[in-house]
Amino acid sequence: MTAVADRPPAPEAPLTTTPAAKEPVRRTGLLLAAIAGAWVVGWALFQGVATLPLGRAALTGFQRSLNDLRDAFDAARNSNFVLDVVFGGIRDGLDAFVSAARGLLSQPAFPRPVPEIGWLGVLAIFAWLTYALAGLRSTVLVVLSTLSFALLGYWSDSIDLLIVTFTAVFFCLLIGIPLGIAMARSKAVTTVVTPVLDVMQTMPSFSYLLPLVLLFSIGASAAVVATLIYALPPVVRITAHGLRSVSPATIEATRSMGSTRGQLLRTVQLPMARRTIIVGINQTIMAALSMATIAALVDGPGLGQPVVEALQSLNIGNAFVAGLAIVITAIMLDRTTTAASERAEKERRAGRNAPQHRRLVLGATAVLALAAVYLSRTYLWAADPERLPDLGGPLADATSSATDWITDTFFGATNGIRDAATYGLLNPLQSLLADSPWWLVAAVLLATAYVLGGWRPALISAVCLGVILGVGLWQDSMVTLTMTLVATALVMILAVLFGVWMGRSRRADTALRPLLDAGQTIPPFVYLVPALALFGPTRFTAIVAAILYAGPAAIKLVADGIRGVSPTTVEAATAAGSSTLQVITKVQLPMARAALVLAANQGLLYVLSMVVIGGLVGGGALGYTVVSGFAQAQLYGKGLAAGIAIVALGIMLDRITQHAAARQGRR
Amino acid sequence: MRTEKSRVLRLSALIAAGSLVLTACGGGDIEETAAPEGADECGDFDIAINPWVGYEASAHVVGHVAATQLGCNVEYKSLKEEVAWQGFGSGEVDVVIENWGHDDLKQTYIEEQGTAQDAGPNGNMGIIGWYVPPWMAEEYPDITDWENLNSYADLFVTSESGGKGQLLDGDPSFVTNDEALVANLDLNYTVVYAGSEPALIQAFRSAEENRTPLLGYFYDPQWFLSEVPLVKVDLPPYTDGCDADPEAVACDYPVYTLDKIVATDFAESGSPAYDLVAAFNWTNEDQNVVAKMIAEDGMDAEDAAAQWVEDNQEMVDSWLG
Repeated sequence: MTAVADRPPAPEAPLTTTPAAKEPVRRTGLLLAAIAGAWVVGWALFQGVATLPLGRAALTGFQRSLNDLRDAFDAARNSNFVLDVVFGGIRDGLDAFVSAARGLLSQPAFPRPVPEIGWLGVLAIFAWLTYALAGLRSTVLVVLSTLSFALLGYWSDSIDLLIVTFTAVFFCLLIGIPLGIAMARSKAVTTVVTPVLDVMQTMPSFSYLLPLVLLFSIGASAAVVATLIYALPPVVRITAHGLRSVSPATIEATRSMGSTRGQLLRTVQLPMARRTIIVGINQTIMAALSMATIAALVDGPGLGQPVVEALQSLNIGNAFVAGLAIVITAIMLDRTTTAASERAEKERRAGRNAPQHRRLVLGATAVLALAAVYLSRTYLWAADPERLPDLGGPLADATSSATDWITDTFFGATNGIRDAATYGLLNPLQSLLADSPWWLVAAVLLATAYVLGGWRPALISAVCLGVILGVGLWQDSMVTLTMTLVATALVMILAVLFGVWMGRSRRADTALRPLLDAGQTIPPFVYLVPALALFGPTRFTAIVAAILYAGPAAIKLVADGIRGVSPTTVEAATAAGSSTLQVITKVQLPMARAALVLAANQGLLYVLSMVVIGGLVGGGALGYTVVSGFAQAQLYGKGLAAGIAIVALGIMLDRITQHAAARQGRR
Repeated sequence: MRTEKSRVLRLSALIAAGSLVLTACGGGDIEETAAPEGADECGDFDIAINPWVGYEASAHVVGHVAATQLGCNVEYKSLKEEVAWQGFGSGEVDVVIENWGHDDLKQTYIEEQGTAQDAGPNGNMGIIGWYVPPWMAEEYPDITDWENLNSYADLFVTSESGGKGQLLDGDPSFVTNDEALVANLDLNYTVVYAGSEPALIQAFRSAEENRTPLLGYFYDPQWFLSEVPLVKVDLPPYTDGCDADPEAVACDYPVYTLDKIVATDFAESGSPAYDLVAAFNWTNEDQNVVAKMIAEDGMDAEDAAAQWVEDNQEMVDSWLG
């Protein structure tokens, strides 16, 4: 066992091969090897000592106090002013808005058997809005996508998802853009807000669902707020980044002409950062969509509901079709917001006013859209999407049989892969991390953080490890850390293989990118059942799910990095007689080093965000604890503690890789 | 430019005229399909849907009867148990139709807050225990006695069980004593957490299909038992109070009398739906029939419920009294 595990995980190892940086790299490598050696010796001597395990049903004092806090909240709900009036008011407002929108667009508006506006009218309104904001190509996409919601059999769920998503995104922008501006202007605000955003993005949403239900009750309002929490950080961060990167020379020039800060913001900074801000809005919309299935757990309306229901009866076909509708929604919104931002940019350059003929076309098509709305209010054929042909049913059946065939055919082979990875890599590494005394592992992690990134990440790691000790879940955290590191290593292998291929070949890029987009947006709940059928409920299955989710993002980053390497350098190397392999390993990969480290950083965080989903398929440890805290009243505090431990792991790993990346940059 | 503008104008005029003609011919067919009369006698009826198919079957049968025969405006809300109970106080949930024990929730919401009430048993019996796939019970007939489990432990070793036999636990919603049971019965096993009901079902399905060994926690009523009739392993029999100390428990799980929980406000509202809920009572077999239609035959829950109600009108009439 020791022979296999005598090296600590070092995801950065393959990145450090620039000739210029050989010397410090070699020293870092030697130091890491020394740390690993000391670790293995310590593990051999003290195995099983001070590992701080905690039984499945056991609770620590801290976890119990979280339970008590929950009970106090629950009891005070109707008597406390803040809980009753403030949060109650927000809840009632959100619920009223969402249910009004649903009655208008998606749900039967009693006593009508159909919504106020039927499918044809909704389709026409969407098409007209897209045409006005983004152009003809996007309009075609939106019409086809919207039509597919009806044909797949998930019309009302799809429209519900759009309603919840846009409600949440509206509030994200209302809060996020001013906050981003404040961050760009003030270092103090940045210092305060950044860690809060980190927690919002790394805290598993399962952990804050129950507290949200306490505050906002179940239904649309809790779903909107849960979505808001997860989707807010991107727009804040990217807005701040966009404003900061407006060139100082431009700002100086405007200032010297006597502009006030407000004028400067309105006339120079915001317009120049507009494209970046729209990228932030786009990211926020994508993040909001990825909360669809989670929101369904608190009865949030939308496509998450059929996905969750299908999972209960292991109906792979239905889960896939509903998941496909989510993917279509994501692609539609992604492409449309991008197109809208490009058009806005073009119009800004060309001057304010749109040409007159365009206004006429818009007026004419508006009449057409209104006519469609009228039809859909009057005739059932234009209102009831169930009268359209059903493509969803046959597609679901085909998916189910295809999945059955795959699982039957590959069952034996997949077991072999699982056992090889588990016995060869996972178990030894887990033994090293979870069976060593806590102080030894803590010392190893701190030393590694120091060697890779310097004293700052070491200090942050010390705080994070302190938090993990404090919430009482040390051993579970180490098991989760093991799975996270193994999954990230596998993600990086895939990212390098596919990223290099895509970076070197336009054709591969064109073929693979839509698949990667789909992989990033399909809810993981959809592929849990096939993964279970292939690998059984094991930690490896959790790792597979994490790879499926994290792989696409890492692959894209590596591909972009490889593409960014200057073609002249590559040509020069080829002309000098280097083989393809030599060009890749000696030129392209080393020069794309920054992209590789970024991919590792993002890969780690994506993998970590799948810990809870992994808990649903046999991952155990922190993920399972979070899930059981959501499901069992007595384990509430323990589940929340596990959520905190996941945040601590996330921040520690993020800071170590970020500082390591910054060092790479300096070399 | 000039020609283009007039073309657009002509086009829009044409469209406007066309749509007027379209809408003028015929009075519209939506007005004619209005909702049934007398819908306000019962009012809104919110049923929580806890996440398992058997529950869904019970809920939709009650909901279907309430909607079609009492004219209620039924709404189903998909919620985990813990979340559903919170909804009693805020008026979001009127009934939980199949409750498994949950003494802690009863303590909080019935005893302390008074927002919920017990509406009596629903006729289903909940049996929790350890199960093996049928092929194993056939091949190793004595495996269903817990005292023989240690001699079979080697069969159940997996990549997750660290050299011991694996006992697969499932849905995190259920309280299990399994870690204590394994320790107190001196079994050479370790508890591995599958993490969700689908994971557990898929594991048993694969085990039966591929004839691989599996010992796991399961429960009845559950639709999957009609697909693969799992065989229960006998643990030392349950006696009153033998599970009082969770650390020291060394006996089987009690048989749960599944009951209905309603919001206090709903019970006192005089709604005919409450009388229906109070009278609702059926057997595990009844539930499994509907659950199987949903889970295996892929029927919509509402259609399955309608089908069952049609076939069992007599029992339904007895609920409506």
